Amino acid sequence: MKPLWFKAATATNPGLLVRLGAIGAVMLSVTGAFAYTGGWLSPERLTQDRMMAAFRDANGTHVGFRRNHAKGVCVTGWFESSGQAAAISKAAVFKTGHVPVVGRFALAGGTPFQPDAPNTVRSIALRFLPPGGEEWRTGMNNIPVFPVNSARGFYEQLLAFSPDPATGKPDPAKIKAFLAAHPETARALALIKKRQITSGFADSSFNGLNAFRFVDAAGASLPVRWSVVPVQPVAADAAEQPEAGDENYLFDDLIAQIAQHPRQWRLIVTIGQAGDSTDDATQPWPEGRQQIGAGTVTIDQASSEDSGRCTAINYDPLVLPAGIEPSDDPLLSARSAAYARSFTLRAEEKHEKPPSAVTPEQVQVGGKS
Amino acid sequence: MTAQPRFPAASRLLHWLMAPMIIAMLFIGVGMAASVSRHYDLLVSIHRPLGIAILGLCVARIVNRFINPPPDLPDTVPSLQRFAAKASHIALYALILVMPLVGWGMLSAARYPIVLYGPVQLPPILPHDLTLYAWLRDLHSVLAYLLFATFLAHFGAALYHGLIRRDGVFGSMASWKSMQFARTNRALIQNSTQTPEP
Ligand code: HEM
Ligand code: HEM
Ligand code: HEM
Repeated sequence: MKPLWFKAATATNPGLLVRLGAIGAVMLSVTGAFAYTGGWLSPERLTQDRMMAAFRDANGTHVGFRRNHAKGVCVTGWFESSGQAAAISKAAVFKTGHVPVVGRFALAGGTPFQPDAPNTVRSIALRFLPPGGEEWRTGMNNIPVFPVNSARGFYEQLLAFSPDPATGKPDPAKIKAFLAAHPETARALALIKKRQITSGFADSSFNGLNAFRFVDAAGASLPVRWSVVPVQPVAADAAEQPEAGDENYLFDDLIAQIAQHPRQWRLIVTIGQAGDSTDDATQPWPEGRQQIGAGTVTIDQASSEDSGRCTAINYDPLVLPAGIEPSDDPLLSARSAAYARSFTLRAEEKHEKPPSAVTPEQVQVGGKS
Repeated sequence: MTAQPRFPAASRLLHWLMAPMIIAMLFIGVGMAASVSRHYDLLVSIHRPLGIAILGLCVARIVNRFINPPPDLPDTVPSLQRFAAKASHIALYALILVMPLVGWGMLSAARYPIVLYGPVQLPPILPHDLTLYAWLRDLHSVLAYLLFATFLAHFGAALYHGLIRRDGVFGSMASWKSMQFARTNRALIQNSTQTPEP
């Protein structure tokens, strides 16, 4: 019910109607701008939700698991910094000394129960916890370059390699079209295919792939990429198939090896030069770049994801201490956003999550299932 | 025909300092939560310190409200609207106090470092707990939408007072200059002999 004065006023004063209309228009524009910013009016925009939907299309729904690198185990250990990287980065983690580490070994792909296979991309995620609380988190893969160089490329790759509902297999025509549209991926996949595949996690090298910047105490910054390289001897992948039924052989071996004695990797920082691309993870840097041995990572304990300390953690590549900064690589921001949403989804689903492929019992018996 | 007194200067200052910050936070928030672009990282790095600044200012604002009580609404405002005004102001205060706390709390429960700028970080305020994180992350969204809706109603009501009622309520917060604009009708303003305050 409008008050009387109001009716009288609108009847006698058309200006009032204009002003009411103006208020309505302002309200609508503010709401519209809000909806636009939130992506609700742009079905084409690649959002966190749409990235998650692509993972669902590619892998199905696996409640409570990471949307990518879904099959894994937690590990702990420490990092013994050599102090050598302290000259180019002011991060506390690089001062000579001992830093606790919580990590995770995993296989790429969003299927938590995939059988271990030699060709599947392996990963290590590390969380360095130096005194003072300035953490460093990083994820690395056992491939020399990343297959895509943009969030859109990643999304299209997921969709292109999704199983066709009719056949249950990826559609070769779709893959062909994707590779034709992404020559950088075709080039990167060729390099990835040529990589040396080792016998397991413990003798794999892992590469950070994205470029970052190290910043020293004076504020000078250098482009870098980093890797961890095994200290233990490297053995080529045994060409024969793993025993039938041993679906977790890579993880079982790792758990058994760590139980035997700690495994170690050297953290190598490669310094880029002018002209080395920092914004394209499909491009390798030339051989012969200056490298620094920043220290050694030692892993002395493994545990199942279901009891370990890596599960309630998001290995967000942008959790960086002062002294390490993101480069201009668009993948970094994309990863941070996608990992955040994946992390939130699995947190929401935690109470419904079935046991992981590698259970606490299995780790207890030394990885022999 | 009484003049509608203005809010005390400190209250106006705080209101107009915080209004753009809060509106920016709402837009930055929904923008970053719907982005995997280069902007995501930048927006998140603005969102955290700006949200914590709002928390600090909100506490200052509540203290200020006790020191500098707000003027009463004019008698011409009907009682239902009075109630709505009061309730929405309480809701706004509560939301801008709780939103940053939920943001800080959820990052604590997820054990993200809560970086404000460079090496400057906040300590965690809650235990590391995934389920708690999930709950707070959802709450952060729900409260944000509620804040947006309340802000919209507030903005609409302010414009209604300023453009339709012209009862001085708009000027009591929005006028920097003088009591002149805060009269109950325009005729009075035109005939006023008062000199503006500096
Ligand atoms: C736009 C590109 C990428 C997207 C959308 C993406 C997506 C994801 C997602 C959703 C997860 C699960 C996160 C979680 O729930 O905690 C994940 C895990 C992971 N990603 Fe990526 N990723 C991308 C690029 C990369 C790159 C370039 C690397 C290489 C260094 C990488 C290495 C890893 C590793 C090692 C993990 C496992 C982390 C863990 O064990 O917790 N990803 N990725
Ligand atoms: C007045 C204060 C605040 C407002 C109005 C606000 C608003 C928002 C909004 C609208 C969203 C998007 C919600 C969605 O669409 O799901 C959001 C997300 C978020 N906010 Fe806040 N926020 C505030 C304070 C904070 C603070 C103090 C922090 C942390 C210290 C914080 C951290 C976050 C994070 C991490 C996200 C999620 C980003 C993502 O989805 O990747 N917020 N906030
Ligand atoms: C452009 C937008 C805005 C306009 C035009 C505006 C206008 C006004 C006006 C005219 C008043 C005085 C109302 C009265 O005396 O009852 C007021 C009070 C108030 N406004 Fe706003 N406002 C805006 C944005 C905001 C935002 C974003 C907030 C967020 C918290 C806010 C919070 C408040 C509160 C809490 C009061 C009551 C002050 C008190 O009683 O202590 N305003 N506003």
